[in-house]
Amino acid sequence: MSKHTLSVLVENTPGILARIAALFSRRGFNIDSLAVGVTEHPDISRITIVVNVEDLPLEQVTKQLNKLVNVLKIVELEPASAIQRELVLVKVRADNETRSQIVEIVKLFRAKTVDVSPEAVTIEATGGADKLEAMLKMLEPFGIKELVQSGTIAIGRGGRSITDRSLRALDRSA
Amino acid sequence: MLWQNRNLAKTLSFEKRMPMTEQATGAHHPQPRARTGGQQTAAIEHVTGAQSLIRSLEEVGCDTVFGIPGGAILPAYDPMMDSSKVRHILVRHEQGAGHAATGYAQATGKVGVCMATSGPGATNLVTPIADAHMDSVPLVAITGQVSSKAIGTDAFQEADIVGITMPITKHNFLVTKAEDIPRTIAEAFHIASTGRPGPVLVDIAKDALQARTTFSWPPVQDLPGYRPVTKPHAKQIREAAKLIVQSKRPVLYVGGGVMKSGATAELRVLAELTGVPVSTTLMALGSFPDSHPQHVGMPGMHGAVTAVTALQKADLLIALGTRFDDRVTGKLDSFAPHAKVIHADIDPAEIGKNRAVDVPIVGDAREVIADLVQAVQAEHNEGHTGDYTAWWNDLNRWRETYPLGYDLPEDGMLSPQQVIERIGQLAPEHTIYAAGVGQHQMWASHFVDYEEPRTWLNSGGAGTMGYAVPAAMGAKVGMPERTVWAIDGDGCFQMTNQELVTCALNNIPIKVAIINNGALGMVRQWQTLFYNQRYSNTVLHADETGHGTVGSQLGESTAPRKGTRVPDFVKLSEAMGCVALRCEDPADLDKVIAEANAINDRPVVIDFIVHEDAMVWPMVAAGTSNDEVMAARGVRPDFGDNEDD
Repeated sequence: MSKHTLSVLVENTPGILARIAALFSRRGFNIDSLAVGVTEHPDISRITIVVNVEDLPLEQVTKQLNKLVNVLKIVELEPASAIQRELVLVKVRADNETRSQIVEIVKLFRAKTVDVSPEAVTIEATGGADKLEAMLKMLEPFGIKELVQSGTIAIGRGGRSITDRSLRALDRSA
Repeated sequence: MLWQNRNLAKTLSFEKRMPMTEQATGAHHPQPRARTGGQQTAAIEHVTGAQSLIRSLEEVGCDTVFGIPGGAILPAYDPMMDSSKVRHILVRHEQGAGHAATGYAQATGKVGVCMATSGPGATNLVTPIADAHMDSVPLVAITGQVSSKAIGTDAFQEADIVGITMPITKHNFLVTKAEDIPRTIAEAFHIASTGRPGPVLVDIAKDALQARTTFSWPPVQDLPGYRPVTKPHAKQIREAAKLIVQSKRPVLYVGGGVMKSGATAELRVLAELTGVPVSTTLMALGSFPDSHPQHVGMPGMHGAVTAVTALQKADLLIALGTRFDDRVTGKLDSFAPHAKVIHADIDPAEIGKNRAVDVPIVGDAREVIADLVQAVQAEHNEGHTGDYTAWWNDLNRWRETYPLGYDLPEDGMLSPQQVIERIGQLAPEHTIYAAGVGQHQMWASHFVDYEEPRTWLNSGGAGTMGYAVPAAMGAKVGMPERTVWAIDGDGCFQMTNQELVTCALNNIPIKVAIINNGALGMVRQWQTLFYNQRYSNTVLHADETGHGTVGSQLGESTAPRKGTRVPDFVKLSEAMGCVALRCEDPADLDKVIAEANAINDRPVVIDFIVHEDAMVWPMVAAGTSNDEVMAARGVRPDFGDNEDD
């Protein structure tokens, strides 16, 4: 099994997320993470899906996704040529004694302290899965009171855009 | 801004690596499809949403709707009454509406349409929709939905039918605004009938049907993510042609896609040009004449020994519009072990799904086959022709040794196979057959000769018992000049026979043969073979005391085995307005069938009381290899190769 990151451009219509999620469960594909948001174009949403499959089933995943009428385009983003990020918000137990140590770790990982109270510190961090995992491991001994993580989002490196051609066409028609 | 958005979305579809050509499956679609663009400026009519729905159905070429009204869909039924173009047929159960629309579509090649109200009306369509999805039938199901403001409140007769049918439709829509109705109907028909056909559900909120709106045709379609590929890749075609002439033991493995794309004439040309044997799957019977010398039969679990073996021994499968279903392949990893595979299908997701492919071809079967004919001809012109003499020697030997056949019962009862065979032999030309699911379905596939496309309708993928009567009804409505025979079982018949009322009241004179063995025959056959003849809950007839039974074991007395008598199918059918006949004696067989064939003003039902222990052979037991095909019980064909197997 290996992880693959798919960027799926879809029409921004009601129910599209349900269609995609249902397709994955129906066909027995495993979703590691999923993140949805609107793109530079309000009619188009971009869904980043991290799937855990063999290469051959991945082809099936892509083909089945392509059959959904509201799906416009699917691109696999290779880890080497793409930037992948997750967002973590974590509430760590802190008192006067430990607070400075926690802040030190926050600096080390270039994270941010976004909320402080007498008994806890809330930290915001973005990064790849490895970095965030490492940070959480460092914070664990202090006591993690609450943790929330986003799905992975990803974008290809370089000047090209997966919506390039459409944008050029848009320019021409304008 | 909005028009720009749409533009962007459309251009994005370029990147699905699909050409922008307005697709055509190659199937004959007599319905004028709405064009993307809407260049024609039609007069704008002021109408209700319901009127715009009926106007849209008229414009898209729909001439028949099978359905039942109810609260949420009620607004649509008012203008329906005034339509001179759309005939609504009031069925007795929504499942019947769905299968009738499927039968109509399978017989005519046009889109079948069914209509139901919200909640239970809609959920009763679920089975036929799933059935149409499995068999790629172009179907549009229109359902009423509670008012848009009430959606999500558990309102009376509310069901999330869009959510329910998401995995069993090609696509579905929820319409909550009256102005969206014409575009949605146009898109639904377009999606259902193009590419790989399939069912599309349109759920329309009651307030959208009631609201005032305007109607003009054609609407602008907006389907940027839907561009089926129909034109095959030339390089792949050349590659395929090369393999065909190089191979020694090729088989044309032909599926329902060939029927749907209307490629039967092209298939015949290709077969005769190459000399390759043809095997047609259950969904493709009739796409290549059964009587053609190159036809080696149906493959699969109950396929002809020759066809099953041909695939196992082949060095090349030319798979056209077929999906390597488990009922064809048996145990997948031992299926056609020596064969390279050319797989052509309009649905890219089918290619390589079950079986690795050497030459994948995405395209419409008609275009694929037409291109293959040219490419093979080009190979021939260069002096490369396939030599299949040795292969045909093998095939002919198997055909001679293991023909399809059956034994007549020793007790003098009717043989179910003989009944079905005689129906086929005595039926007029161009007769359409619709089967239920089970033993009678397999016998109907074996012992009726299918010479033309769209003469064999059945529930192949879903295996829906109860399909036959409503599907036959739909076929007869679509093809009124043809004779339509439903070959049904006594189990299946009890699921959907109420549509005979619909037939009787609407002048739809179908003919129904109940192959009445008093049991759920196919399940019983499995109990005979795999469950030590413990017939748990497959007995449909009464016991000695006149009561039902949870089962019986071989040797136990289970009353005279003379078919299901409760209900009395003759009385039941007469009560539903049909002519009803019963046949118990082989001596009467031809006479009774002739009598049924002579009645063309009313539906006819014949209750054939047949022998209970007849079994379907050949058979490949579920989960085993096709190499283990049994020609009859305990008879494994001897191909003289047991040593090296």
